Amino acid sequence: MARADLIARRQEAAATRAETMTLPEGAAWATEAREAARARLLKMGLPTRRDEYWKWTNPESLIAAEAPTAAVFDADEAPIFDEIDRLRIVFTDGVFDAEASDPLEMAGIEIARLSDAARADIHWARDLYGTLEARGHASVERPFAAFNTAYATDGVVIRVTGTAARPVNLVYRHASDGSDVILHHLVKVEEGAELTLLETGPAAARFSGGLEVEVADGATFRHVRTQGRDHERREVTGVFARLGTESTFQSFTLTANGKLTRNEVVIELTGDDAVAHVAGAALGDGKDFHHDDTVFITHDAVNCESRQVFKKVLRNGATGIFQGKILVKQGAQKTDGYQISQSLLLDDDAQFLAKPELEIYADDVACSHGSTSGAIDEDALFYLRSRGVPHREATNLLTLAFVAEALEEIDDEALAEALRDRLAGWLERHSS
Amino acid sequence: MTAYDTPTPEVKEGVDEDTVEAVRKLSGTYKYGWDTEIEMDYAPKGLSEDIVRLISEKNEEPEWMTDWRLKAFQRWQQMEEPEWAMIEYPQIDFQNQYYYARPKSMEVKPKSLDEVDPKLLATYEKLGIPLKEQMILAGVEGAEDAPSEGRKVAVDAVFDSVSVGTTFQAELKKAGVIFCSISEAIREHPELVKKYLGSVVPVSDNFYATLNSAVFSDGSFVYVPPGVRCPMELSTYFRINAENTGQFERTLIIADKGSYVSYLEGCTAPQRDTAQLHAAVVEIVIEEDAEVKYSTVQNWFPGDEDGKGGIYNFVTKRADCRGDRAKVMWTQVETGSAVTWKYPSCLLRGDDSQGEFYSIAITNNHQQADTGTKMTHLGKRTKSRIVSKGISAGKAQNTYRGLVSMHPKATDSRNYTQCDSLLIGDQCGAHTVPYIEVKNNSSRVEHEATTSKVDDDQMFYCRQRGMDEEEAVALIVNGFAKEVLQALPMEFAMEAQQLVAISLEGSVG
Repeated sequence: MARADLIARRQEAAATRAETMTLPEGAAWATEAREAARARLLKMGLPTRRDEYWKWTNPESLIAAEAPTAAVFDADEAPIFDEIDRLRIVFTDGVFDAEASDPLEMAGIEIARLSDAARADIHWARDLYGTLEARGHASVERPFAAFNTAYATDGVVIRVTGTAARPVNLVYRHASDGSDVILHHLVKVEEGAELTLLETGPAAARFSGGLEVEVADGATFRHVRTQGRDHERREVTGVFARLGTESTFQSFTLTANGKLTRNEVVIELTGDDAVAHVAGAALGDGKDFHHDDTVFITHDAVNCESRQVFKKVLRNGATGIFQGKILVKQGAQKTDGYQISQSLLLDDDAQFLAKPELEIYADDVACSHGSTSGAIDEDALFYLRSRGVPHREATNLLTLAFVAEALEEIDDEALAEALRDRLAGWLERHSS
Repeated sequence: MTAYDTPTPEVKEGVDEDTVEAVRKLSGTYKYGWDTEIEMDYAPKGLSEDIVRLISEKNEEPEWMTDWRLKAFQRWQQMEEPEWAMIEYPQIDFQNQYYYARPKSMEVKPKSLDEVDPKLLATYEKLGIPLKEQMILAGVEGAEDAPSEGRKVAVDAVFDSVSVGTTFQAELKKAGVIFCSISEAIREHPELVKKYLGSVVPVSDNFYATLNSAVFSDGSFVYVPPGVRCPMELSTYFRINAENTGQFERTLIIADKGSYVSYLEGCTAPQRDTAQLHAAVVEIVIEEDAEVKYSTVQNWFPGDEDGKGGIYNFVTKRADCRGDRAKVMWTQVETGSAVTWKYPSCLLRGDDSQGEFYSIAITNNHQQADTGTKMTHLGKRTKSRIVSKGISAGKAQNTYRGLVSMHPKATDSRNYTQCDSLLIGDQCGAHTVPYIEVKNNSSRVEHEATTSKVDDDQMFYCRQRGMDEEEAVALIVNGFAKEVLQALPMEFAMEAQQLVAISLEGSVG
C-alpha cells in the first residue's frame, strides 16, 4: 500500500474512534489542552502493524471502540505493599472510591483529583497537562498517549514541595468484565523535593494510563508499579518525564501475565547531572501473554546518566518485546548511557523480540547496550542439581537470580522485598 | 573537466609526472577522482520500457531475459522509495540520468584482452588493477613478499555499463570454474542463469533491487562446480566513469556442493559535482558443504568536503546457504559513497550452516552510511557472527542496522553480535539499530554495542611517542577495527588500512 494511503487509513481510524468519545468537561484551559491532544491524535492517526513501533505488537484490541471483555481474576492474595505505610488512593474500574481511599492529605504535598483540578480556572496543573506528552512525539509518534490526554476521565494531580513522608499508592481495582478505563496523572516534584509513587492493580478490562512527571532541579521521583495478574487484561501506558539539573528519576514495573501490555516510558534529561533509571521485569505464561516495553531516553544536557534494565521470563508461547532507545543530542557530552534487555525462555514456544537502539550525536560519551536471549544455563542447573536441589526449585532459583538485576534498581528495600515475594509466588504457581 | 579539483602545484622542470602523482597520492584526497576521457555510447536519458528493451538488446539477450526485465520494471513503477534508513539526500530524479553507457570501442566485443582499447586498460592500470594476467595485484605494498604460489587473482573489469574483460578465464575453465560477465553468462550459460537469477533476491525484493532487475547492464557471474576449490581469488572491479550515469551491476555467484571460492570486489568513481546513482544486486547461492568468502572495499567517490557530489550507493547483497554445512563470510570496508544503503545478508537454511559478517564503515565530512546485515536462521544448529565497526568523523552520520532472526525450527542456533561505534568530533553521529527476534529457546543470541570516542589515554601514549595527532588517530582506529581488517584477504587488508588513514585525514583538531 502506498505511504499516503497508509497515513490516510491511520487518520481515518483515529477519526472513527474519536467519534465514539466525548471530551470530559472542565475549565477553559483543560478543554483547550484536551482539544489540542485530540487534534494531535487525529493528525497522527492510530497505529497499525505496519508502523515501525508496532510491528511486533498488534494494536487492534487497543483501538477497538468497545473494550474486549476481561474476566475479573481473583488473585487470592493480599494486596501488594499492604505492610507498607502509604497513602492509598483507590480507583475501582477507573472511578475514584473515596471510602476506600485515605484522605488526600500529607505534609509537603498537595493532592487533588484531576477531575476537580480541571474544573478550577486557576490551577498549577494547567502548565503540565498534556505538555510532556506533546513533547514526547518529537522522535516517535505515540498516538495512544495523545488519546489518553484527550479523553482521561480522572486521575490525580500531585505537587510535591517537601519530602513526602509516605509513598502515595494509586490502587487500581478491577470490578467488572467490560470496564474500559482512561486515567491521567500529573506529578510535579518541586526543587529539592522527594516523592515515591506506587501504582498497583489490574485497573480494568482495558486500561489506558497516562503519567506526566516534572522533576525539578535537585528533586527525586521514585516510581514502582505492578500490573495485576488478571489474565485477560489489556493495558497501554505512557510515562512522560522531564528532568532538571541534578534530579533523579527511578521507575520500576513488574508485570505478571495479562493478555496485552504496552508500557511506554519517555524521558528527557534537560538539566545537567541528572540521573534516570528505568527498569522492569515481566513474567509471562501462555500464548495469550504479550508484553511490550518501549523506552525512549533523550539526553539533552551534560554529564547525565541513564540506565535501562529489562528482564523477561517467558514460557508456554508467551511473547516479550523490548524497544529501547538512547538518544544523545549534540552537546550532551559526558553522557553515560546503559541499556540491557534480557529474556529467559523457559521453553521452546516462547519468543523474545528486541530492538535496542542508540542514536548519538555527541562524541564524548560512553553508551552501551546489550541484549541476550536464551534458556536456563545448563551448567548452573547441573551445579544446583548436584547439590541436591530439585529440578523445579533449581529452575526457580535461577529464574529469580535472573530477574534480581532488575530488582536491584529499586532503592527501597521494603518495596523490593514485596516485589520479590510476588515474583517467587508467580514462579511457584507457574513452574512445572 | 580537470582530473582534480585541487589546483595543480607548480612543477619544477625535471620533476617527472610520476613524482607529482606520488605526492598527490600522499596528500590524502580521494585518489581515484580522475576521469578517463573516452568516447561513450549512451542510451537516451531516462527510464522507460524502451530503455529496458534497449539494454536487453545491447546485451544481445534472449527473449526470456527481456521479459524478466520488463516484469521487474512494471513492478518497480508501483513501488515507493524506502524512507526508513537514517540517510537524507535530495529526491533522485530517475528520469534525469543515463541507464546505459558503453565505451565506443566496446561496440564490437573484443575477443581477448589484447583487443581492448588501451585507454581502458590504462584506466585500470592507474587504479592499480592491471588487466594483465600477472601473479599479484600491483600497487599493493608488501604483496611482493607474499608467496607467489596461489596468489593469483582473476579480474572482471566493469566500466560503466559493460564488462571490459575478464582475466585468467582459460585457466579457470580448466578447473571447471566459470567466471565471466553476467551478460556473457546469459548468452552462454542460460540454464544456470535461469535457475539461479532472482532466486536469492527476488525481482520485487525492494525498490532498488527491482530497479536493478529491470536495468542491470553487466556484472560478474561465477559458477564453481561440485568439489572444486577455485584455484585463485576472483575479483570484480567496478569503475563508474561517465557523468550522470547510474551503474547497475548484477553479480551472481554459485558455489556448488563442497566447493570453495573467495571473491573480491572493488569500486571507484571520478570526482564530480553531481551525485551519481549506483544500485547493485549481488546474489550468492551456496550448496551443501560449500564456502564463499566475499570481500568488498567500497571506495566510491564520497563527495567533497562540503558534501557536493559523490555516489549514492543502494545495494542489495544476499547469500543463501541452501545446503547443510554451507558457509558464507561477508567482509566489507565501506569508506566511499556520499550515501550508503547496504545490508549484506545471510539466509541460513541448511542445517549447521554458518554466516559471518565483518564490517568497517568509515564516514567523514558529509557522508552518510546506513549499513549492516541480516542473519536469518532457519536451519538447525546454524551459527552467525556479526562484527561491525562504525567510525564517524566530520559531519557524517553512520548507522548500523541489522536483524538477527531465530526461527522456531532453528533450534540450537547461535548468534553473537558486536557493534562498536567510534566518534571523532562533536558534529557527527553514530547510531545502532539492531533487531533481534528469537523464536525458540535452545538458541542463544547475544548482542553487544558500545559507542565511545578515541580514548584520551591511548592518544596521550601515542603522542608521547612522537606521533602526530592524525597518525595517532589512524593507529587507534586501525586497532579498533582490527578484527575486521584481519578477516580481509591480504591484498585488501593493506589497501583497507591505508584507506582508514586517508578517510579520516583532516578529521582531527
